[in-house]
Amino acid sequence: MFEDLIYVLTKYDTWLWQGFLLTLQLLAVSVVFGTLIAIPLAVARVSKLVWVQALPFAFIYVFRGTPLIAQLFMMYYGCGQLIANIEGIQDHWSWTYLRDPYWYCLLTFVLNTAAYMAEIMRGGIQNVPNGEIEAARACGMRPATIYRRIIFPRMWQIIWPAYTNDVIFTLKATSLASTVTMMELTGAARKIVARTALPYEAFISAGVIYLIIVYVLTFGFKGIEKYLRRNENRKENKSVLAKAGGHI
Amino acid sequence: MFDLYGRGWQMLEGGLVTVQLCLTVLPFMIILGLLGASAKLSRYRSLRIIGESYTVIIRGIPELLVILLIYFGGTIAVQNLAELIGGEAVRVDIPAFWSGVAALALVQGAFASEVFRAAMQSIPVGQIEAATACGMTPAQIFLRIKLPQLWRFALPGLNNLFQVLIKDTALISVVGVEEILRKAAVGAGTEKAPFTFYLVAMAMFLAFTTVSLFVFSRLEKRASRGIARA
Repeated sequence: MFEDLIYVLTKYDTWLWQGFLLTLQLLAVSVVFGTLIAIPLAVARVSKLVWVQALPFAFIYVFRGTPLIAQLFMMYYGCGQLIANIEGIQDHWSWTYLRDPYWYCLLTFVLNTAAYMAEIMRGGIQNVPNGEIEAARACGMRPATIYRRIIFPRMWQIIWPAYTNDVIFTLKATSLASTVTMMELTGAARKIVARTALPYEAFISAGVIYLIIVYVLTFGFKGIEKYLRRNENRKENKSVLAKAGGHI
Repeated sequence: MFDLYGRGWQMLEGGLVTVQLCLTVLPFMIILGLLGASAKLSRYRSLRIIGESYTVIIRGIPELLVILLIYFGGTIAVQNLAELIGGEAVRVDIPAFWSGVAALALVQGAFASEVFRAAMQSIPVGQIEAATACGMTPAQIFLRIKLPQLWRFALPGLNNLFQVLIKDTALISVVGVEEILRKAAVGAGTEKAPFTFYLVAMAMFLAFTTVSLFVFSRLEKRASRGIARA
């Protein structure tokens, strides 16, 4: 039993290492760009104007209401084929990128992450105490200033635990890249199983690596949470959390 | 209208399998969730450790990996077990459907245990004490006091979990269960129309999650009908 494990870990260590790096890469890009897209989406989503919030609402609704794997297939096979059908595209210089599953994976993950995060941020923005916004308005701040000085810092404090969960969710979502032939951690494990027929050793090794990533992420994000709440009173701190807990 | 190169019926059949998957997983998920929650709130340290590590481990591992592990590993495990009992090598295949159900129940059960734990903790202690004072046995307290309220406190969380469950059934297409996404993939391949088929698949999933949201909001209203609104 252990000989098999050692065999898998020594013979296929480069596959697992490459897979690990690709997983981290997919995760980092998805989280960074997902967050950047989520912020304007969330701001539009809390607008009082129906035609402003309709589009982000539909976007969030569709991306949260359908399986990520269906979105990925839609993007890679569906849109991929539409692109491939364009006249002369296969001779174009961009074709090397347009047929690479990597970009389709990234695009799907970024949009999916953006939808989930926008929904969390919407909850966070709506849970900023009204008095603080009124006070800022009374001080003569413009809406943009209020967002920058009051709403966003407050929102990050409120949503941080849910945001952490979402990052871990995205990490697990990157495993779907293996279904479109990407060799990230799960893809590497699947390939090892196909070679060696040792499912326990390969899948459990991959699982342990995922757990280590989750552990390190959780630890790091806890540290950032302390920083975000550095200027808060302890008691107040708890009441804000309790308030947000019901809605996020 | 719903012709789809003559594959409309196939897609509907896939939809039926998806519904079957969801409804089959649901009871197992609830049982595992209740067991996990009871373990976490147990008086015994060892049970608490088991309950906590169940959630921590499952929460950190991708669902797809669990599905693959159970599908490929389960067959070997059952074969070894059969060999141990029967004494000779037999070829046993676990149907993909059931290995998928086992994987999803295991994953969702871990999340359900968190939901039930929170729900159990929101039942006021005074009520339990009052029931004890009335002379009810622990089983009676569970059935008469805890369970009816557990339902109400756990519903919002279960609503979320069921949404996730519906979406996670699509992952089982990877091991070949003929649910919506698998049917769409087959249609997309043979008819060379991936965009159309995946669009239909996504619309069907969206319809399912929407119906589930609606049903749960009705259930939530019903469950809290006896509670005065603040």
